[in-house]
Amino acid sequence: MWVEYLVSFFILAGAIIALIGSIGLTRLPDFYMRLHGPAKATTLGVGGVIAGSVIFFSTRGDGLSLHELLIALFLFITAPVSAHIAAKAALHLKLDAVERTRNKPWR
Amino acid sequence: MNPDSNPNPVSNAGPIASESPLKPRRWFPHKTLSVYMVIVWLLLNNSISPGHILLGAFLGWLIPWLTQAFWPEALHIRKPLLVIKMAVIIFYDIIVANLILAARILGPVNKLQPAFVKVPLDIDHDFTIALLASIISLTPGTVSADVNKESGYLLLHCLHVVDPEAEIRLVKERYEAPLKEIFEC
Repeated sequence: MWVEYLVSFFILAGAIIALIGSIGLTRLPDFYMRLHGPAKATTLGVGGVIAGSVIFFSTRGDGLSLHELLIALFLFITAPVSAHIAAKAALHLKLDAVERTRNKPWR
Repeated sequence: MNPDSNPNPVSNAGPIASESPLKPRRWFPHKTLSVYMVIVWLLLNNSISPGHILLGAFLGWLIPWLTQAFWPEALHIRKPLLVIKMAVIIFYDIIVANLILAARILGPVNKLQPAFVKVPLDIDHDFTIALLASIISLTPGTVSADVNKESGYLLLHCLHVVDPEAEIRLVKERYEAPLKEIFEC
């Protein structure tokens, strides 16, 4: 019984974080700020779902199930790289940031 | 076609080829990578049966051995205990970063003060810089946007920062200093 609560907690927490990250895409005003959503929120969002999955499949009696951790590992390697490349491309195109951004590198 | 503006590629190949001579083959070129590959193999198969351990160990030796000419200079972890401590710190920071980010996204968006921050780098190995940039992107309020190795700085975009100097100090003390200690001494 407590396992079900734990699993639902992790999955719900992960889903909420992913949802907030997506809301960030619509609410934040410029490209550089919108990058923060997917770079961070997806990692913890997916991390929460993974934790739920590990607990669910490990407690069904088929032994420990850890291969979900690889998803987290690959995501941790790829998410910052894609965010970095997207930011670098935006800088290259001199994509404008909101007025109040300080230290714009192309001025 | 002007031959002066389009130099013969063969004459350019000389110095590049002599800079990276073929190294003699070693039996265990990347020990850390081999251990890591065995662990990934066992996780992929979701099993720790003796057969998979044997097969994983064989692949963990074979693949680095076959591909060793393509790998850059291997880095040695000098302080394994510090790696664990840093992993815990980063894990904690990722969770905190997400909660802070969630609050900022749902809060008043127009009051955020974004800024670009240049962090001067003390580390100079490609791998450690890539690691630092990844850690920075995953942790509170910052995404790495550009790296310039010649002048040695990392350009970050911060979602909300009041004091850029404090942000630079935080990055250097919390993430760069331990990385330097682990890999470069």
